[in-house]
Amino acid sequence: MNTASVSLGASVSSQSRIMQLALAALLGIFVVGFVGFSHIDAVHNAAHDYRHSMAFPCH
Amino acid sequence: MNLFRNVVFVAAIAGLVAGIALACMQAYATVPLILKAEVYEKAGGGHHHDHAANTGTSPAMSSAEPVGNAMSSAVPASTEAAAPTEDEGWAPADGFERFAFNVVANIVTGIGFALILVAVSEFAGGIGSWRQGVFWGLAGFAVFTLAPGLGLPPELPAMPAAELLPRQIWWISTVAATAVGLGLIAFRKSLPLAILAVVLIVAPHVVGAPQPVSFETAIPEGLHHQFVVAVTLTDLVFWLVLGAAVGVVRGRFTGTSTSLRDSFA
Repeated sequence: MNTASVSLGASVSSQSRIMQLALAALLGIFVVGFVGFSHIDAVHNAAHDYRHSMAFPCH
Repeated sequence: MNLFRNVVFVAAIAGLVAGIALACMQAYATVPLILKAEVYEKAGGGHHHDHAANTGTSPAMSSAEPVGNAMSSAVPASTEAAAPTEDEGWAPADGFERFAFNVVANIVTGIGFALILVAVSEFAGGIGSWRQGVFWGLAGFAVFTLAPGLGLPPELPAMPAAELLPRQIWWISTVAATAVGLGLIAFRKSLPLAILAVVLIVAPHVVGAPQPVSFETAIPEGLHHQFVVAVTLTDLVFWLVLGAAVGVVRGRFTGTSTSLRDSFA
């Protein structure tokens, strides 16, 4: 627990650690990508003001 | 999946806080400008805002698209009136519904950005305090707003723009290159890698973002400039709040308010 006490993942192996962090990052990328970049019209219209306000490519 | 669960937990709280903060700022600073621009857009007959043409679902419209705004008066009113209702599909009603959907979009993507921020920062030892979080937030702002915003400035409805997909590809590539570049500078103490980092950060702008055929628009220059400033500043505050919130929540969560490392580099 020397370094693990200040880590979110106490005592996990380094390989499992990398996998879990990568999974979390991919989940985040998927969420942002879906709301901000999806070509589905309904998604675009729902998040229209957000896309403009975040300077995501829109229209 | 202990670590994954903790990352999601911290990201959810921090993203919720920062997303609500951003939604409040947008309601005050950016959305009123978007609504103003939509007045010009409707007056101009919906040109360029017609994303159906850009997504290729309406080939008849896209052929008229690149000619620019000057053509808007020449486009028959019947196609202009018919296309949006057929192709744009469902949209939230103006007023509260539209506001509510914007808040939801802000919170959801706030959590999404928080997931990326927490996961990446954990590789570098984690964000130990609100102050470290502010620096991580600055990096997020540089990566997700500043760098892509140089080539593709925030745009209002009714403004001319190149095809959607190439712009999205350029945006994502620029974000990725800038993120890797900043990471190399911050975490690799090597001069060749620092030089490579500068190359990575500059390269997307040398290639250049996809630009519209014509920049002519009905939107006044002043309104657009005001919007660019509003977007950039609201995004800056969002990233600072997000980084700081991650630092605070993570500190509470790990039960240690220790300064992990005074330097993030």
